Amino acid sequence: MIKLADIIKHPLRGLQSDVDEAESPVRYTLLRQKIFALMAVATLIPLLAMAVLNYYEHKTTMAREIQNPLRVLVNKTKNSFELFLTERSSTVSLIASAYTYPELADEKKLSRIFSVMKKEFKGFVDLGLIDENGTQVNYVGPYALKGKNYAEQRWFQEVRIKGKYVSDVFMGFRKFPHVIVAVQHMTEDGRTWILRATLDTHQFERIIASMSLEPDADAFLVNSQGIMQTSSSNYGKVLEKMTFALPPQTYEPAVLTMVDPLGRDVYVSYAYFPDADFALIAVKPQGSVLKTWYTVRGDLLFIFALGVVAVFVAAYRVTDVLIGRMKESEERREMALRQVEHSQKLSSIGRLAAGVAHEINNPLAIINEKAGLMKDIMAREEDFPAKAKIDAQVESILRSVERCRGITHRMLGFARRMDVSIEDLDVGEIIKETAGFLSNEAMHRKVDVRLEVDPELPRIFSDRSQLQQVFLNLFNNALAAVADGGRIVAMARDAGENVEIIVRDNGCGMSDDTLKHIFEPFFTTKKGKGTGLGLSITYGIIKRLGGDIAVESEQGVGTTLTITLPKGQREALA
Amino acid sequence: MSKKIKLLLVDDEENFINTLAERMKMRDMGSNVAHDGETALEMVKDEAPDVMVLDLRMPGIDGVEVLRNVKKAHPHVQVIILTGHGSEQDQELCMQLGAFEYHKKPVDIDRLVKSIKGAYRQKMEDMMVAATFAQAGDFDDADQVIHEGDKK
Repeated sequence: MIKLADIIKHPLRGLQSDVDEAESPVRYTLLRQKIFALMAVATLIPLLAMAVLNYYEHKTTMAREIQNPLRVLVNKTKNSFELFLTERSSTVSLIASAYTYPELADEKKLSRIFSVMKKEFKGFVDLGLIDENGTQVNYVGPYALKGKNYAEQRWFQEVRIKGKYVSDVFMGFRKFPHVIVAVQHMTEDGRTWILRATLDTHQFERIIASMSLEPDADAFLVNSQGIMQTSSSNYGKVLEKMTFALPPQTYEPAVLTMVDPLGRDVYVSYAYFPDADFALIAVKPQGSVLKTWYTVRGDLLFIFALGVVAVFVAAYRVTDVLIGRMKESEERREMALRQVEHSQKLSSIGRLAAGVAHEINNPLAIINEKAGLMKDIMAREEDFPAKAKIDAQVESILRSVERCRGITHRMLGFARRMDVSIEDLDVGEIIKETAGFLSNEAMHRKVDVRLEVDPELPRIFSDRSQLQQVFLNLFNNALAAVADGGRIVAMARDAGENVEIIVRDNGCGMSDDTLKHIFEPFFTTKKGKGTGLGLSITYGIIKRLGGDIAVESEQGVGTTLTITLPKGQREALA
Repeated sequence: MSKKIKLLLVDDEENFINTLAERMKMRDMGSNVAHDGETALEMVKDEAPDVMVLDLRMPGIDGVEVLRNVKKAHPHVQVIILTGHGSEQDQELCMQLGAFEYHKKPVDIDRLVKSIKGAYRQKMEDMMVAATFAQAGDFDDADQVIHEGDKK
């Protein structure tokens, strides 16, 4: 319907052109839509931008907040592992240094050393002494491994080279996952031998358990070949291949996000061990850790939606008010225009009437004098047969001239731009006085004329002679309207800033059609008797005096004319 | 008041003013007629009338000018305005300039006669007052006396 881009580019131009043309309801509807859309867009864009920014800001903050503890936990646990392994290998080293080969080769002595080791450090399964040829010389432990040769095994070769060795987890002869710690020692006489201890992996499980992870989280050790060193609940049992690829090597704890083989979005937090071929990996599903985030996101969305609704409601209301105001002022302007038009119409008709009246007055005066002269001559003539008849004709001419004179003088009165002379006056008094002019006719026709003037009626500033003309007009009309024996009531009362004068008759009343035209000049219902100027003049005077005139009428019931006149002096009158 | 009132009727509408003059003669008022302002002023200069009936709208010197001139030169000449065109302002101006009365055409003959007689009475009174003042004080110029009297 409306191109948003267009509105954004030329919002005011759109409004202005519409205001100028706004007349029909369609225009208003269009204008309403434009204002509404403009307001909605102008408020929604920043709201949307804020919501989006907030969303991402929150998201990154939340991710950081979640990842940091994971990293710390992994680091701590890695340190525990390292400490555990370092302690064990140091113990073995210490024993290798503290005892001589013969001592260690003594079965009883080795047995005693082993029992002390087991007491002090948990996790030792057995302890063996191996000579430089790889033959186990002495052994303490639950298996019969004395005399076994390890020369072909990889760990033996590695310890011969490095002097110290911590193995991966493996099954070996013992048939349960274990780790060996081997230390090579050299005697003064140049002989080398190797002290070897086996650790069971229960200790690993214990350290991982101490991480106290949630049930859906997982943590495990894995070696660089991706072989599980401890059991995990989701990614393979001990010594199985890990079900997802190893993360890139780093000794500092790191966090990755990825989709695990079970299809869950997970955080993978991990760290490689610098001294052993292990990596500690902790896997945490995002679903559980992001629960807070989802709540926050929900709140954000809710607030945004609420904002949008509020913006729409506000825009709608404001537009409504705006359009209402515009319509109102438009109507007021139109009414003022109509009034100006009306008064212009009146004044141009007035000028025309004055011109006509002036032009007619001169020939009328000639007719008057000629006929008058005829009358004068006839008065001196002696009787002759047609004298009476001629006299009657002349009289008729003179009467008609008199009638014409009445009309032209009233026309001039209508056009007259009288200087309003304002004085402090008593409206009630003027009403009484004016009603007095007509008391003869009223009495003659038995018309009941009642004056109900409020004795407290304040004096007002207005024009005495013009008001007289107005009241005379109204009383004349009322008298013409009522039947013999009818009633006319004139009231005057205080009405706040105005004085209200009401003239009510119980005469014939008017049709709606007549009502529409009564203030127009030359509109008359008194066929032949009226000029149709009376109420028009009255209207003009009342307007000039800053007042107002209203009429109510019902056919067969009567007519009520209400005049309101301002009390105070108005500059506009001058 | 048995003396004939000397009238001067001024109007460019000859048909009208001649007829009016004839009617006035029938009513024992000696009427002279002028059809324009210049003639009227000359006639006043030759012989000042008692009462002047004057139209306002005329070619050449118009009624207001005539009125002004006449009242200046002959303050005791009473001027009655009889016009078909007069507006409220015209009426006010004429009254200020010292016109006796202001009528609109067409006018009832009896009313006009009454007005003329009134004007004549006024003129007589003015002259008497002027004469009294002239006797009381040592004024030679009656015009000035009337002027002073008006002010009081």
